[in-house]
Amino acid sequence: MSNSNFTRRGMLKTSAVAGAGVALPTIFTASSVAAYTNEPTGSSVTLGFNVPQTGPYADEGADELRAYQLAVEHLNGEGDGGMLNTFSSKELQGNGILGKKVEFVTGDTQTKSDAARASAKSMIEKDGAVMITGGSSSGVAIAVQGLCQEAGVIFMAGLTHSNDTTGKDKKANGFRHFFNGYMSAAALAPVLKNLYGTDRSAYHLTADYTWGWTQEESIAAATEAMGWNTVNKVRTPLASTDFSSYIAPVLNSGADVLVLNHYGGNMVNSLTNAVQFGLREKVVNGKNFEIVVPLYSRLMAKGAGANVKGIHGSTNWHWSLQDDASKAFVKSFGTKYGFPPSQAAHTVYCQTLLYADAATRAGTFNPCGIGEALEGFEFDGLGNGKTLYRAGDHQCFKDVLVVRGKENPTSEFDLLEVVEVTPAAQVTYPIDHPMFAGGALGSCNAG
Amino acid sequence: MAGLGAQSAPGPFTQQPDLVDRYGTIIPRPPDTHKDKTTNPKVGAMDAILLQILNGLDKGSAYALIALGLTLIFGTLGVVNFAHGALFMIGAFCAVTLQRLLNLSFETVDETQTDFLGNALKVKTPYVEAWFGPQMGGAIIDWAVPLAILFAIPIMVFVGYAMERGLIKHFYKRPHADQILVTFGLAIVLQEVIKYFYGANPIQTPAPEALSGIVNLGAIVGMDIVYPVWRVVYFLFSLLVIGGIFSFLQFTTFGMVVRAGMADRETVGLLGINIDKRFTVMFGIAAAVAGLAGVMYTPINSPNYHMGMDFLVLSFVVVVVGGMGSLPGAVLAGFLLGILESFASMNEIKSIIPGIDQIIIYVVAIIILLTRPRGLMGRKGVMED
Repeated sequence: MSNSNFTRRGMLKTSAVAGAGVALPTIFTASSVAAYTNEPTGSSVTLGFNVPQTGPYADEGADELRAYQLAVEHLNGEGDGGMLNTFSSKELQGNGILGKKVEFVTGDTQTKSDAARASAKSMIEKDGAVMITGGSSSGVAIAVQGLCQEAGVIFMAGLTHSNDTTGKDKKANGFRHFFNGYMSAAALAPVLKNLYGTDRSAYHLTADYTWGWTQEESIAAATEAMGWNTVNKVRTPLASTDFSSYIAPVLNSGADVLVLNHYGGNMVNSLTNAVQFGLREKVVNGKNFEIVVPLYSRLMAKGAGANVKGIHGSTNWHWSLQDDASKAFVKSFGTKYGFPPSQAAHTVYCQTLLYADAATRAGTFNPCGIGEALEGFEFDGLGNGKTLYRAGDHQCFKDVLVVRGKENPTSEFDLLEVVEVTPAAQVTYPIDHPMFAGGALGSCNAG
Repeated sequence: MAGLGAQSAPGPFTQQPDLVDRYGTIIPRPPDTHKDKTTNPKVGAMDAILLQILNGLDKGSAYALIALGLTLIFGTLGVVNFAHGALFMIGAFCAVTLQRLLNLSFETVDETQTDFLGNALKVKTPYVEAWFGPQMGGAIIDWAVPLAILFAIPIMVFVGYAMERGLIKHFYKRPHADQILVTFGLAIVLQEVIKYFYGANPIQTPAPEALSGIVNLGAIVGMDIVYPVWRVVYFLFSLLVIGGIFSFLQFTTFGMVVRAGMADRETVGLLGINIDKRFTVMFGIAAAVAGLAGVMYTPINSPNYHMGMDFLVLSFVVVVVGGMGSLPGAVLAGFLLGILESFASMNEIKSIIPGIDQIIIYVVAIIILLTRPRGLMGRKGVMED
């Protein structure tokens, strides 16, 4: 009979304690084994590009994917370098990120929150993606941001314009380069005041989901502050295709401005319907009737054709900008693909570079280290002028473009013209602004 | 001042007061050319109601045309065709295709202009304009949508014929659930094929210049009811197609045989008539009706690959409300539901029942099916075995 102490259970316990003891001193450093989710151990690092590849925003998703591929090329030292050459931070040397070659996997959000979460989860768990980025809808961005927070990876949001993304739904692991509804309103309001005066009555048609609600709230508040009256705010189902029955009541409402808080196919259809009903030729209250589309997308504006002419809105970036960074990006993208990039392509390209730069400056892929490097980071040379990644809400503050549908386009891409570049200071708001209230950033999760 | 806009606007029948300057001098107001009509609530309300009736007829036109085709197929072949919305979408893309064909261009380099990359601009000139001159060529391109009717009819008949012979005929003896699954699957395949070639974004397909803009339909009765010209054209076109289908079935021998076959397929078969062949032709005609509805719809809303699905569910509700297999029922229910949907979008109605615009069609369908289980004009024995 043996009295040996080396039982199986005892051995396991001892090993676990010893393992923990060995790991303890290094668990807070970047180089520890599995110190954070999907720590890259080989010679490459995998990024997860989660974009709509099917569904109504598939074309925007495709443009985002083109920009991601371009960013990966530039990070790996291929191509002409694009905005790496103009970026104010000079950490990136074209040798990948922290010496690791950048690889990527893609997921299809389908512009559905559940599908987007599933594809992000798959990229994190199966493909080992250390960062998730992309998307073309605020509903999706908020859902995926929550997932990334739980999973312990960084989320670099793509095209999401709802105040909530960096407002009540903000997360420590989530970062947004794109502007938001408040910024659109703050940039547009003074321009609208100059163009149409202070005695106006506005009628809102709003897509019935998070982005529509926050944009409507922002635009109504900004225009009311300059003296406009809001006649009505009408929510339209996201699945609407024919807006004629929503446009008809506008004719008899006494309103002289129609604000279309619609995006994508909704915007194309509601704007087309509004123009069809002769709103632009109408004179109400002694003034010409006007239409405003607060968030413009060039890709979508194409679907509305000549109907966008003379109609004002805002955009995060436009390919016709003449700063060195924008020109470098347009040249790089245009040479590779044959057409200029969209604002969606621009924002995701910037996000990829910003992530890579933050990782390099932090010297780690640990999301907490990268988050710290991005928080309060001031940069320039990415096409929007001087920009701040605010620490308190992870929102970028930069210039906003007010644009107008071009009267005489010279090409199929030449649909919008920039009428004003609103300085960042004018669109900056306090972190505790009521429109962004509720929710907390929380602390970073490294998995 | 904020808040006054809606209340203080002068109406069309209101004499506006003259202006008085700071010294008390009366400044005559210039003649009013505005279309304001906000201070006469009765006129405003009447206009609004008439506008929504027009909107309803317009929406109903599309519903009725699609439902008519669905009913033709169900009535003749007994197949529940969930791919019918895809046929509507393919019709719309016939217009897009013809527009693209007419816009096929050759490039010339213009050294005086530059493109977005700073290279010499390549100017595109459509072949049509080169062949027929800028004016005539421009006019042909401008009329792409109406011309697409001629382009779409043979294509849609062929697509319908191929769909019926190639796939659906194998499911005649199968349960309705199988038919629904296979046609729904086919619809998804067709829309993905279209998306592959044309992308996901809406594609603008404008109406001819002469049929764009608005028309004042109330001018005759002294009212101000402006309505888009093309929507009026769409409504009239749908009446023409519906009238054509009913006349074809009512006044031709072919139609008579088809109607007899719809009533009693076996007996007609026993008379030595190849009813299957005629029903296949009817499938082609139903496809063409859906396709034409799609072609003419393109200037109303820019077509995208998903537009068929948007109409499909509603059209099925229309068919069920109208009565399975009843052609007049489909048309009646199409217009009825279109009008109800439009009225439900009015702010006055939505303020009483919020969200009614999103559910009205289904609420009406439930009420009608509870009170008239066979639909408005359904016949005994159809889909009841």
